[in-house]
Amino acid sequence: MTVLHLYNYEIAIFLAMVGFYVVVSRGNLVKKVAGLSMFQTSVFILYISMGVVDGGTVPILVEGMTHYSNPVPHVLILTAIVVGVATTAVALSLIIRIKEAYGTVEEDEIHEQDKSF
Amino acid sequence: MAHAFLDNLPALQVVIPLLSAPLCLVLARWPRLVWTMCTLVTWTAFGIALALLQTVLAEGPVSYAMGGWAAPWGIEYRIDAVNAYVALIVTGIAAVVLPYAYRSVPLYIHGERVPLFYALLMLCFTGLLGMTVTGDAFNVFVFLEISSLSMYGLISQGRDRRSLTASFQYLVMGTIGGTFVLIGIGFLYVLTGTLNMADLAARLPDVTQVRTLHTAFAFIVVGIGLKLAMFPLHLWLPNAYAYAPSTATVFIASTATKVAVYILLRFVYTIMGPALFSEGIPYGQIAIVLAVMGLLTGSFVAIFQQNIKRMLAYSSIAQIGYILLGIGFASVLGLQAALLHLFNHALMKGALFMAVGCFVYRLGSMSIEDMAGVGRRMPWTFAAFVMGGLSLIGVPLTVGFVSKWYLVLAALQKGYWPLAVLILIGSLLAVVYIWRVVETAWFAKPSLRAAEVREAPLAMLIPTWILVLANIYFGVNTTMTVGVADLAARTLMESMR
Repeated sequence: MTVLHLYNYEIAIFLAMVGFYVVVSRGNLVKKVAGLSMFQTSVFILYISMGVVDGGTVPILVEGMTHYSNPVPHVLILTAIVVGVATTAVALSLIIRIKEAYGTVEEDEIHEQDKSF
Repeated sequence: MAHAFLDNLPALQVVIPLLSAPLCLVLARWPRLVWTMCTLVTWTAFGIALALLQTVLAEGPVSYAMGGWAAPWGIEYRIDAVNAYVALIVTGIAAVVLPYAYRSVPLYIHGERVPLFYALLMLCFTGLLGMTVTGDAFNVFVFLEISSLSMYGLISQGRDRRSLTASFQYLVMGTIGGTFVLIGIGFLYVLTGTLNMADLAARLPDVTQVRTLHTAFAFIVVGIGLKLAMFPLHLWLPNAYAYAPSTATVFIASTATKVAVYILLRFVYTIMGPALFSEGIPYGQIAIVLAVMGLLTGSFVAIFQQNIKRMLAYSSIAQIGYILLGIGFASVLGLQAALLHLFNHALMKGALFMAVGCFVYRLGSMSIEDMAGVGRRMPWTFAAFVMGGLSLIGVPLTVGFVSKWYLVLAALQKGYWPLAVLILIGSLLAVVYIWRVVETAWFAKPSLRAAEVREAPLAMLIPTWILVLANIYFGVNTTMTVGVADLAARTLMESMR
């Protein structure tokens, strides 16, 4: 029962590990960025899950409702989402420049050209 | 008016550089104006940092409620001896780097894009200062990402295409590090329901779920470890330093890792220390082992580098080892040595990378081979390099000696005499790799490239020599640095009791 109760945390950890594995194992830079993005997104789920209060409603002032979810983690994670978008944008634009400079986005082929990874 | 200015110094420390970044874009048509503005901004920031340090020394910690929202709910900027000192390092280096950038940046970036480079530099500066002055754990993450994202941009501007892959590699590792920090802060929030650092420190000792606390500690230390290039997590650093534009290398090498060390100190000592260290897990010893490994491998690998910037980058990894060693001792003297080395390493690496930037400016090459005989053609730059090198080795009358002296004292105080020997071995290895450059640049027959060069422009030499002279000044007159570092170390240790 307790296992099921915490299922969103388990999903977050699973997604984080999948994303992390993609970053480490894939040689294609775009796939790496996809993995990185997934890794970051899993943390969003972790934070959003933290805000849940059992039986709480949306944190809006409504008459008769005194029990509501904690909005702070949600606000925090908005910032982190922006950071995630910015990171992905910077990473993808770097990949475009790398493609222009090397003619490939595969890590091993870049490494063959000048041993920089 | 003046009163309003003085009351808001902690906020202005961050807000002024932050506002200057978009202004760089507004004024982009006049690159010279952009440069002048950025220089003035860094000087103002330096002035503010000095004023804050003075206030802290005279009256104790300064607390500033952002937007008027009181502490545990609103974001608090809290400045005590530790971060006033780190802010002084960051702003001081920035104030010298900007004049240097005037001639150095156009070498890497074409005319109309120069203002964009300054915008990135100012954002990076903002991020680093924000991390330094804030008293809010989540704010640390936000500023960490501001500085990191702009740093990726700065690094990718190098002339060599390898700067792109270096930047990408740093982006991947840096983002993983940043996200780890985010996870760690999330766990701390779950445990306590607060993000304010002082509040966290007060509540964490009462926490009963110790395992969550340990997990948070692990995530935060590994995340920050990636940022500060702690030994096994340093892989991004050599290429990032080597292929970035000279200005960016000088700035990043002498500030970014320093601020990361400060964040580590803050989280480990002030916030989690009281709750964690009573349990007898040998954190200090683990840090010492990693530090020694970083110190030895960094110095050793530096000896075999062909690229002079990469050589200095590996030496940076070794120097971070010294800093971590001091932190690992977990004593007032050890922390004092670590904080001293924070300041001193910024000065010596700044001077060295600036001198190397001057060589690269004239030679157009970073390989040590191409530097053959260049010392005689560029005596002032070469002299600056030698002075920086002597400081790195730790010769008396330079800052390098001061911090190594305190580090050896701290090791002996703990009875770890083999570590004192290792510190000296590290210095000897530094002699080897610095001497390699000196030998090639001064004694070897001039290469074809070197025969044609002349002395670096004054606009680059003067900032370089300011840092070189600072290396000597703070090596002779140690009252200020030793005093502040001692106070800062005591502040950190106090929270442990």
